[in-house]
Amino acid sequence: MKSLQVSDVKQTYRAEDYDVVVVGAGHAGSEAALAAARMGNKTLLVTINLDMVAFMPCNPSIGGPAKGTVVREIDALGGEMGKNIDKTYVQMRMLNTGKGPAVQALRAQADKHAYHAEMKKTIEKEPNLTLRQGIVDSLIVEDGECKGVITNTGARYYAKAVVICAGTAARGKIIIGELMYASGPNNSQPAEKLSENLADLGFDLERFKTGTPPRVDGNTIDYAKTEEQPGDEHPNHFSYENSDDDYLAVKNQLSCWLTYTNKKTHEIIRENLDRAPMFTGVIEGVGPRYCPSIEDKIVRFADKDRHQLFLEPEGRNTDEWYVQGLSTSMPEEVQQDIVHSIAGLENAQMMRPGYAIEYDVVAPYQLKPSLETKVVKNLFTAGQTNGTSGYEEAAGQGIIAGINAGLRAQGKAPFVLKRDEAYIGVMIDDLVTKGTNEPYRLLTSRAEYRLLLRNDNADMRLTEKGHELGLISDERYNQFIQKRTMIEDELARLDNIRIKPSDEVNTFVEQFGDKPLKDGILASVFLRRPYVTYDILMQYIPASDVELPARVIEQIEIRTKYAGYIAKAEANVERMKKMEAKKIPENIDYDAIDGIATEAHQKLKKIMPETLAQASRISGVNPSDIAILSVYIKQGKIAKVTE
Amino acid sequence: MVLTTTEFDTIAAISTPVGQGGISIIRISGDDAIKVAKNLYRGKNLDKVETNTINYGHIIDPETQKTVDEVMLSVMRAPKTYTKEDIIEINCHGGIIATNKILQLALSYGARMAEPGEFTKRAFLNGRIDLSQSEAVMDLIEAKTDRSMKVALNQLDGNLSHLIKQLRQDILDVLAQVEVNIDYPEYDDVETMTSQLLLNKATQVKASVEQLLQTANQGKILRDGLATSIIGRPNVGKSSLLNHLIHEDKAIVTDVPGTTRDVLEEYVNVKGVPLKLIDTAGIRETDDTVEKIGVERSRKAIDMSDLVLLVLNSSEALTKEDLELIDLTKDKQRIIVLNKTDLPAKLDLAKVKQLTQSKNIISTSAIEADGLKQLEEVIAHMFFNEGIENSQNDVVVTNARHIGLLNQAKQALDEVISGLSAGLPVDLVQIDMTRCWELLGEITGDSYQDELLDQLFSQFCLGK
Repeated sequence: MKSLQVSDVKQTYRAEDYDVVVVGAGHAGSEAALAAARMGNKTLLVTINLDMVAFMPCNPSIGGPAKGTVVREIDALGGEMGKNIDKTYVQMRMLNTGKGPAVQALRAQADKHAYHAEMKKTIEKEPNLTLRQGIVDSLIVEDGECKGVITNTGARYYAKAVVICAGTAARGKIIIGELMYASGPNNSQPAEKLSENLADLGFDLERFKTGTPPRVDGNTIDYAKTEEQPGDEHPNHFSYENSDDDYLAVKNQLSCWLTYTNKKTHEIIRENLDRAPMFTGVIEGVGPRYCPSIEDKIVRFADKDRHQLFLEPEGRNTDEWYVQGLSTSMPEEVQQDIVHSIAGLENAQMMRPGYAIEYDVVAPYQLKPSLETKVVKNLFTAGQTNGTSGYEEAAGQGIIAGINAGLRAQGKAPFVLKRDEAYIGVMIDDLVTKGTNEPYRLLTSRAEYRLLLRNDNADMRLTEKGHELGLISDERYNQFIQKRTMIEDELARLDNIRIKPSDEVNTFVEQFGDKPLKDGILASVFLRRPYVTYDILMQYIPASDVELPARVIEQIEIRTKYAGYIAKAEANVERMKKMEAKKIPENIDYDAIDGIATEAHQKLKKIMPETLAQASRISGVNPSDIAILSVYIKQGKIAKVTE
Repeated sequence: MVLTTTEFDTIAAISTPVGQGGISIIRISGDDAIKVAKNLYRGKNLDKVETNTINYGHIIDPETQKTVDEVMLSVMRAPKTYTKEDIIEINCHGGIIATNKILQLALSYGARMAEPGEFTKRAFLNGRIDLSQSEAVMDLIEAKTDRSMKVALNQLDGNLSHLIKQLRQDILDVLAQVEVNIDYPEYDDVETMTSQLLLNKATQVKASVEQLLQTANQGKILRDGLATSIIGRPNVGKSSLLNHLIHEDKAIVTDVPGTTRDVLEEYVNVKGVPLKLIDTAGIRETDDTVEKIGVERSRKAIDMSDLVLLVLNSSEALTKEDLELIDLTKDKQRIIVLNKTDLPAKLDLAKVKQLTQSKNIISTSAIEADGLKQLEEVIAHMFFNEGIENSQNDVVVTNARHIGLLNQAKQALDEVISGLSAGLPVDLVQIDMTRCWELLGEITGDSYQDELLDQLFSQFCLGK
């Protein structure tokens, strides 16, 4: 039989003009397009398949440590992810409740289909935003400036700024055992030409790899052999616009189930390693260390006789279940044997095999902190394109890229979050300063000021900024101001009221092995004791004039109890700020500066840091290099710059 | 990961040539200069004194509350100073030990050791020095930093470096465990790092750091000598003792005192313990001075000493002056030397024992060299009690920068311990544990920021 005839368009046509064009409607692209449009820019969102808007090609969950905080940060900036998951979750849990406030993390299991459908609806309803199916093949670039995009159907869309969020579609290749084929996520069409165009424009591209586990039919799981993981009783939500009252009762949530791999599973994998693309040299892309495939785990951690697996529902209207922890690219029949070796999955029907996917990444050192590329002006990139992994990481960059594309279209200065302001700031600074040689995932340990970047205070940190950008409504902003005022007033009040040493209070403190009070003690100081909650404190002092909501009380407790550590962190931030204030001229000529070590010289030239602080974070740049650099910067007269 | 910027640190260094000078100056510059000084200084309230004033007072070790030296302390407030920052200059009595100790205290209480040329660099950066000097300053920074890095690394004893690396690895294991608990809360392969476990670990690491700091004192002694004074009323045989220790007959021993030699300190080696003998001139000076001045002078020498050799004349009964000296030296490491045992004993030995509560009472006759060998052994034993002289491989910390960092590491560990005792969660207290790890890393020059993540991913098989 003759092969199918395929051909490209012979001519392009001028389609509508936009302020901002966003390429790709995954988690980054959705946020980028919504932010740009909400800032008043006429925005186009082009994506390969409209049925995959905000699609979750991997695990059906949002949040977790660091990531959950990012979701709240996005929400405080007026983004959508938090609201969307609040509308579509099937289970919610607060993680790390036994630990301090800095690391508590909200995570939700999503209804995968509903999540997509809700996001698509929101985008469709957004007045300044057009959603269109299409594949962007190339960019229109003139004199180093991006002027728009050209699609495979020949449409030329001109725009003041373009954001690329191509995800794993960028020259995507799926690998299952010996089988390999060009594909975007979940067998969608890949974007095969855009990468070439980017390379022609001078971008340094890298090849990364990620993967996903098989899905099984929930009707064929023996849940009795697994351990139930239900949602939380205690109400919660991601978006600051939502209320605890909307929380789903646990009985209406769906549980996850915990099971384990075993010796037999590991034997099957070991016997088939000669067919594992991970080890036969077929996979060239660099995979993430923190989310390895099961074959990788068995090889690297040979002494472990079992690994945890979580069975997670993909939604309410489907019986597909996601086998978290079993990411693999083994041949299909081996995957089946692996699945059947696991307790609870002996008779499970595999509905989709797991796969590995390789894709192109724009090495992120080529980006500015605004996520605009240094190579092409007015071009922004976000999400997996920048080498990250995870929906939240993508969305966090998406909103920043969208905001900055929108600001550029309006001729305004870029918006950058700093490391002490948001996990999003930590992530972007890491990417543009250090780059990444594997898919980058946010971890709380990446944030040096994690006590300041809490899950509970994202609104305090960012609502004001969101409002200034026009992404937070006046109504929500006023509510926020009200909350902030209540917190500050009450903190001030507790700093002025003394608790007198009464029998009552002394009986109470002695219960906990403390010495009785001799003199009066400030209410705020009393509250610092580990066993004193705000409610207990109120038994000994008069209540506040206004009734304080639980979230306000939460802030008062955290800010009082951890005041010492918060102050320490803030002192460090102050030090860093001085370095941040030292800007490096954009046209600095490193070749004209003597005395900087060779490695540092190369790195500085490549990364072109914007501030001394950023320069100091580049690995290979030593304090002596910074000292020399600072001399040039401090003395404007001798700063050597290219003409 | 905490990133450290060094550009705006408060820095300190000894700014006079180390050696024989009568007075040494320790200079501190930076935003926290006054704060650092306030930690160590007893005297006027430094927040309130006028700028460009010099103030009398004492430097004390905040931990032991012991006086280190009597000093004159200059306060110069920004911007009209050499570096255009707040500057404190501590004029101390010199002698390497006191000067080093003050520097180490400054380093332990908020300042960082200045890099070579750093004061000048700051003067330049803050616009104090003429522009034309810029290239020269940069050469200086470049050359000296480079050289000092090499010197610092060469100085780093292999054993010390090994030990610190081991400690850092121990801490890193703990940190990685804490981080895994946080970032992968459902990962069940790794034990939860509880307050109790962290407390044990912190206590253990602290013990090691303290041990190192103890050797630091020994190390300092090895390098600078153990400040030793020979105290006693006139004519008890101080000079004879001194001469014996010096093993040379240059000092004149006579019953008619009156010869003066203008030497402040002399160094001798006693069984591997370098003694820095203080105020040898005083010992050799005429003893005909008014009693009060003699005592005053002794008091000063005692203050400066790590070790006091209190000489009593066994051929005479205890005098009021002897009693006064016994009292003055009661807080010092001391050895009671009963001299002139070749003459008939008149001293009430039981009373001396009762008064001094000392194990270290030695009878000598300087003339006949009796008991002097025993004295040397006691000195060696007191300071190398674990037989350090036989084990060349013991780790010894001698570098002021290292000592400063170790002290800060110890403080960080104290905060870990007090935080845990106050019931604070592990992930908060971990901030100080991380700080300790970084401080130790500054000693060995390891500050690879992704070390922790590498540890995380290599040690644990992480999923969700």
